Amino acid sequence: MKAAEIAELLNEPACAHNKKEKSGCAKTKPGATAGGCSFDGAQIALLPIADVAHIVHGPIACAGSSWDNRGTRSSGPTLYRIGMTTDLTEQDVIMGRGEKRLFHAIKQAIDDYSPKAVFLYSTCVPALIGDDLDAVAKAATERWGVPVVPIDCAGFYGTKNLGNRIAGEAMFKHVIGTREPTPVPESAQRPGIKTHDVNLIGEYNIAGEFWYVAPLFDELGLRILCTLSGDTRFAEVQTMHRAEASMVVCAKALLNVARKLEGDYGVPFFEGSFYGITDTSAAFRDFARLIGDADLIARTEAMIAREEAKIRTALEPWAERLKGKRVLLYTGGVKSWSVVSALQDLGMNVVATGTNKSTEEDKARIREIMGEDAKMITDGSPKALLQAYKDYQADILIAGGRNLYTALKARIPFLDINQEREFGYAGYDGMLELVRQLALTLESPVWDKVRAPAPWAKQKAVGEPLAA
Amino acid sequence: MAEILKRAKPLAVNPLKASQPIGASLAFLGLKNAIPMLHGSQGCTAFGKVFFVRHFREPIPLQTTAMDQVSTVMNADDNVIEGLKVICEKNAPDVIGLPTTGLSETQGTDIKRLVRQFREQFPQFAKIAVVPVNTPDYTGCLESGYALAMEAIIDVMIEKSALAGRRKKQVNVLCASMLTPGDTEAIRDWIEAFGLRPVMLPDIGDSLDGHLVDQETTPLTLGGTPKAEIESMGESVATLVIGRSLHKAADLLKQRTEVPDYRFDHLLGLDACDAFTLALAEISGQPVPARIDRQRAQLQDAMVDTHFMTGFLRVAIAADPDLLVALGQFFAGAGAEVVAAVAPARAEVLADMPAASVRIGDLEDMEREAQAHRVQLIVSNSHAAQSAERLGVPLLRAGFPQYDWVGGYARTWVGYRGSRQALFDVANLFLENHHDTPAYRSIYWAGTEREREVVPVAGDASAGAGLVRH
Repeated sequence: MKAAEIAELLNEPACAHNKKEKSGCAKTKPGATAGGCSFDGAQIALLPIADVAHIVHGPIACAGSSWDNRGTRSSGPTLYRIGMTTDLTEQDVIMGRGEKRLFHAIKQAIDDYSPKAVFLYSTCVPALIGDDLDAVAKAATERWGVPVVPIDCAGFYGTKNLGNRIAGEAMFKHVIGTREPTPVPESAQRPGIKTHDVNLIGEYNIAGEFWYVAPLFDELGLRILCTLSGDTRFAEVQTMHRAEASMVVCAKALLNVARKLEGDYGVPFFEGSFYGITDTSAAFRDFARLIGDADLIARTEAMIAREEAKIRTALEPWAERLKGKRVLLYTGGVKSWSVVSALQDLGMNVVATGTNKSTEEDKARIREIMGEDAKMITDGSPKALLQAYKDYQADILIAGGRNLYTALKARIPFLDINQEREFGYAGYDGMLELVRQLALTLESPVWDKVRAPAPWAKQKAVGEPLAA
Repeated sequence: MAEILKRAKPLAVNPLKASQPIGASLAFLGLKNAIPMLHGSQGCTAFGKVFFVRHFREPIPLQTTAMDQVSTVMNADDNVIEGLKVICEKNAPDVIGLPTTGLSETQGTDIKRLVRQFREQFPQFAKIAVVPVNTPDYTGCLESGYALAMEAIIDVMIEKSALAGRRKKQVNVLCASMLTPGDTEAIRDWIEAFGLRPVMLPDIGDSLDGHLVDQETTPLTLGGTPKAEIESMGESVATLVIGRSLHKAADLLKQRTEVPDYRFDHLLGLDACDAFTLALAEISGQPVPARIDRQRAQLQDAMVDTHFMTGFLRVAIAADPDLLVALGQFFAGAGAEVVAAVAPARAEVLADMPAASVRIGDLEDMEREAQAHRVQLIVSNSHAAQSAERLGVPLLRAGFPQYDWVGGYARTWVGYRGSRQALFDVANLFLENHHDTPAYRSIYWAGTEREREVVPVAGDASAGAGLVRH
């Protein structure tokens, strides 16, 4: 990928970050850098497409330590969980045999697994030796009649965030708009309910959490043309251009897809979240508003009223236990305010929140929700997080999996909010799982026991004999 | 002697292999106050970190030289120098491991020269050992990368000396990548039972065993072999080498220090344990302690008890070479048949695998051979859970990574007790998964009470599937 193309991807007009520092291009510091690379980001964004053969073109390090480690779930095919890599050898690198191996690898994947499409992820080494992924993809598509999509996402291009955008760009360039949606099935037609087609962008169905929300879409007559990319299929990505509205869920990263859908196909979009009662309701309202169907608006309000009443009753006993508990939240971007609202729905007190990846707009929103003197944390180092935890007298740390052991080693309750987690929190019903997990860690009897010193260690250092 | 079948497919499907830089990092993670820094793009490190965090359930110190597009195309020398400087200033470690990656190797980095340059430029950090090692990921596997790092550690940190035997009770132990934290603890106890004092290199039993400490955060390893101990290895009375992959490192240590060594391919099963015990008795001049005799007798008892379940058991094993052969010999010693053996990369030790052949390949190869030979047990890492599920056979987890099995990292395999527990576990997996002969129903029962009996579903899925740990 040319430097100019990378620069263009970093310049995302619809992103509020764009006005200030560009998130994708912050220079990384040797010896003091954390976080994934562009390949990581591209793979995260697309791997959940369940019926695609995802081939990582490179030596073993890229796929070898990353395959099948996502919490995303599929309701059908499990092809996405099969790890595939060209596992390049020294000979391939020296003799320039990478392209040839890749070409045959595509054939092997098609013969053995009959994928609906093949995605090729480039990595650092082939990018450096100049393997031409586009040409291989084109030749393979022609030869075997299965769509082969190149994703030029070498790790050294930049951060995970940039990788997300590269993935979105590849979908827009090669996949979206290549097929028309199938007609709405007769059996799904209901009198008085007009079907509207919508997209969800950046929803990954972690731990199957979107299945808490999906039935409500069906109920309202909102057909999800495509979720980019949780529990989705290749054929669905192809039809995204025909949606009447898109929702960008919980991430700035695939904003470029939403913006281009709007620009090229006139599909309006909004940014929202399915975390918490308030935001879930807002998301449904936004869809109804963008689509502009008065009947849909009315039915949406009725559904919201019903669901909110139901979940608030179900949450009552839990809210009693969680009320007033102090939370230190450290997540990126949109998630920070969306989770804040979910926690406030429970009567919890968010004492500070991380805003490292948040935009000015996000921050304004946080102030709106948490009040003007909302504490915002930008330093996410383990030391700084633990200091903030103490300073604000928090009861629990809610953060991504990376900080899990930061919390546990410091003996403090923790809730994982990231993509590797095992539990789903989305939608109204997801709140029940959320409160369960919150109470589980907050009320656990283990904390007292691990914080107390050994009975014989009150005065003495370990290894010293006890006084007679 | 097993026939080695080379990789036959252009595409690796469900890779068994983890990379050399990861292996090298693991060796450094067993040193005290240490941190590995991979010379590559930030993703190399991020993936490695997640790999280890999920396996050990511990925070893992791992840094990166963060090569970006400009430094990849132009020159990444400054990244290495700056990275070393930043870590030295910020964290003051005792040791920095510096493995290269496919990216920096393809670029053609001269990592040793860069370390020399760093030394000249920043003499104030002379006390901090910096260990560069060439570990491209387009060759070898976790085990070989680990072994290369071991060689590099010895090369950089142990000076030429002729003081062998000055510390009469001290023995060096070179521990291969197949050993778990539980294993290294067991080996330490074993050696100490003979009144000897082991210097374990590396000692992941001290750094990655998972223990809570008062200190809440640390940017470096929380234990492991201290630098001073490594430097004293030349004064030991003997070196115990565990794992064939470490022979080159052992050769170097011997050449440097003239400390005599005893080499073992592994410490699984009665024969291997006996050889090790005998060596300890010889080195220490002590009789074998009664409690070790008792443990040996316990293992013998377990062998007799479990041979009904382990005999003729058809097993598929997929692991790095040292571990593969260790497990293979262990199973063969219990009367089982290794009908499918897969290693991610070549190694000399594979010729000794008690199987007709060893395939250099991936978990798809393992699954296919396992299916063809109707295996009853798979032994491999957590990634093989998908295969085990599809085949409806139990999985015994061994090797890297084990992310779906709490405590797998801590399991003790070695020694009389470890071997005994492994036999018990294999036997139990067999018993839990045992299918009875399907009941025969006679034609003469028609019209009688027996015809109307409720028939238990033959081969109830729950029996097989229930064993597969997700």
